[in-house]
Amino acid sequence: MSENVAEKGTWTVKKGLAEMLKGGVIMDVTTPEQAKIAEEAGACAVMALERVPADIRAAGGVARMADPTVILRIMEAVTIPVMAKARIGHFVEAQILEALGVDYIDESEVLTPADEQHHINKHEFKVPFVCGARNLGEALRRIAEGAAMIRTKGEPGTGNVVEAVRHMRMVMGEIRRIQNMPKEELMSVAKELGAPYHLLLEVAETGKLPVVNFAAGGIATPADAALMMQLGCDGIFVGSGIFKSKDPQARAKAIVAATTHYQDPQILAEISRNLGEAMPGLEISSIMPEQRMQDRGW
Amino acid sequence: MLIGILALQGAFREHQWSFEKLGASTRQIRKPGELDGIDALVIPGGESTTMGKLLNDFDLMEPIKLMAKQGLPIFGTCAGLIMLAKRIRNSQQQTLALMDIEVERNAFGRQVESFEFNLDIPVLGKEPYNAVFIRAPYITEVDTGVEVLAHYGEKIVCARQGRFLVAAFHPELTGDLRIHKYFVEQVTNISN
Repeated sequence: MSENVAEKGTWTVKKGLAEMLKGGVIMDVTTPEQAKIAEEAGACAVMALERVPADIRAAGGVARMADPTVILRIMEAVTIPVMAKARIGHFVEAQILEALGVDYIDESEVLTPADEQHHINKHEFKVPFVCGARNLGEALRRIAEGAAMIRTKGEPGTGNVVEAVRHMRMVMGEIRRIQNMPKEELMSVAKELGAPYHLLLEVAETGKLPVVNFAAGGIATPADAALMMQLGCDGIFVGSGIFKSKDPQARAKAIVAATTHYQDPQILAEISRNLGEAMPGLEISSIMPEQRMQDRGW
Repeated sequence: MLIGILALQGAFREHQWSFEKLGASTRQIRKPGELDGIDALVIPGGESTTMGKLLNDFDLMEPIKLMAKQGLPIFGTCAGLIMLAKRIRNSQQQTLALMDIEVERNAFGRQVESFEFNLDIPVLGKEPYNAVFIRAPYITEVDTGVEVLAHYGEKIVCARQGRFLVAAFHPELTGDLRIHKYFVEQVTNISN
């Protein structure tokens, strides 16, 4: 900074907001009332949507960015950060979300992709982006495009944590693997993973992703949230898991507590009681391959 | 010296690393029992609404207030500043209410308005401080007894009242350890 002026939309500022969300829970909401319930339960941010992933899955057809009216009403209802989703590659939806003033954009596989080859060039925006990833290569490609936060994809709208676990173990396992490699082997690993070499070098040196990494896609219980935290993620996204359950208020609060006290089985046992029924779950093998959201993204 | 870092939510690890670089021991605090034996407490950046609720739910609010009144030094950044303030504009949010300041939350606007700025903080020396403001609050009013340490324009963004130190920005996100050092050397030592 040569002149002393305020610099907006810098990498530090974009990445920094994600740092502030760590150890917290980001909840999908579709109405101002739900947003208030989430805030009251201790959510550190909300994701403003027209429909939660389970309903998007059930409805089929093309899922797009939410109606700006819905997003603005949710922004007015709460003081915590509000995120919203744009379709993969749909940079105009992202421009609209930035103009609305949302705090974070999720370029998300939950919506129907608008581009089957390219993601958004996220460096061009002042608003930060979060993107889904199933492995280290995918995470680093998104970061190279400008994502300031990563989350596992999991399999959204299923209430089944198995895919989120698979993706978190994959990312963490690959990080551990490259840390033990001599430097001359990293170029061919970069080729193998489809990862930008300079970011791969950084990960090998620091032993962690260059940005905050949350878990998402199938988390439905406090135990699921604590499991993902123990596997090494920085925080939790809950989509359908809260407002598709019998008692959203109690469940939301319990998942927040579980994300803080993820290493304390006594507290986890206490907060897991009397939550009512969780959302109905889906066996992953029952989903047709072309309907798997995690395969969207390049 | 053992510094407790409130670890309910937010950028607590970054504060921990900063203090460890200065040679201090640290402990993450999530439950009341973990407060025993700490010499100072840090309340990190994060979401103040979330932090306030978890402080209440896990019975940390009263023990911290009590220890503060008995002289525990506390350093709060961003959400931590909000937690220390006695008054918050347009909000009934529960806080520890320890410093005689009034605060406005999200006072610079939403995330697209978040910024970095080279801030003058005279107590840290001549070299400006790279301050990172993220959906930041600022202090709208201070009572007597509060020492203002930095302004951004007309706005108060860093202040101290006895053993309490607050910043509206995030010293834990930059490598500059001068504020952490100031807290350890100047703020926690006033009885010595």
